[in-house]
Amino acid sequence: MVYLTRKAEFSASHYYHNPDFSPEENLRLFGKCNNPNGHGHNYTLEVTVKGEVDQRSGFVVDLKKLKDIMNREVLDAMDHRFLNKEVPEFFNSIPTTENLAIAVWQRLQPKLQQARLHRVRVYETPDLFVDFYGEE
Amino acid sequence: MHAHLTRRYRFSSSHRLHSAAMSAEENRETYGKCNNPHGHGHNYALEVTVSGPVDRSTGMVCNLVDLDECVSKEVLSRYDLENLNHLQEFAVTVPTTENLCIEIFEILQRAFPHAHLERVRLEETMMNSFEYTGSNPARR
Repeated sequence: MVYLTRKAEFSASHYYHNPDFSPEENLRLFGKCNNPNGHGHNYTLEVTVKGEVDQRSGFVVDLKKLKDIMNREVLDAMDHRFLNKEVPEFFNSIPTTENLAIAVWQRLQPKLQQARLHRVRVYETPDLFVDFYGEE
Repeated sequence: MHAHLTRRYRFSSSHRLHSAAMSAEENRETYGKCNNPHGHGHNYALEVTVSGPVDRSTGMVCNLVDLDECVSKEVLSRYDLENLNHLQEFAVTVPTTENLCIEIFEILQRAFPHAHLERVRLEETMMNSFEYTGSNPARR
């Protein structure tokens, strides 16, 4: 089994808010991240797929195809967007790094044919990242 | 949905690698320059990985404020700008980064109740890193 990781970057804004909580509870839980005007990050996305090496091509996956899938399914939707207002997954859920990693997985997994999705890693900042390995 | 969250921290410490169980020659041979009598220092990078279900109401595995407070209080305040050899836990145990990893893992496992501790990883330099997962199988 060989693991291949492709990186991409995107810039997006978001804020954290649960409409079921009071304003005080939202502020207590989320602090400055609760500002409804949002704030931004340069996210780094790492998509790791796994599979056996194809004898003819020497590839685990055709990188061009993986890149196209990532662009089409994730980056076009999220890059330079306000996540809460423009990405459907976040109309009713909080765009934390955890939920972002899960959303990216759910967008990519059905579209990958050659290799299996092993891990989605999302860096919100260089010092904070989340790994999602699919439903356990 | 189960996710793994990793947070990075930094601290600077000095240490000297020397074992009382070895002769001076053996220490020199085993540890090389790390055995120099006055010690040396590192800017360590610490990665703490916790895991758990993503809470439906907050979207989080755990609140970062809780994790940061715990790591700051239990680890960073203990090790930052310190000489590791002068600390009680390294009075006998050699303060290699392996042993420091294990020590930090055990401290956080006791002190942080909000999520499952998966892994502690330490970068000693840009070239060397160490990780300890306790009894967990390592997740790649």
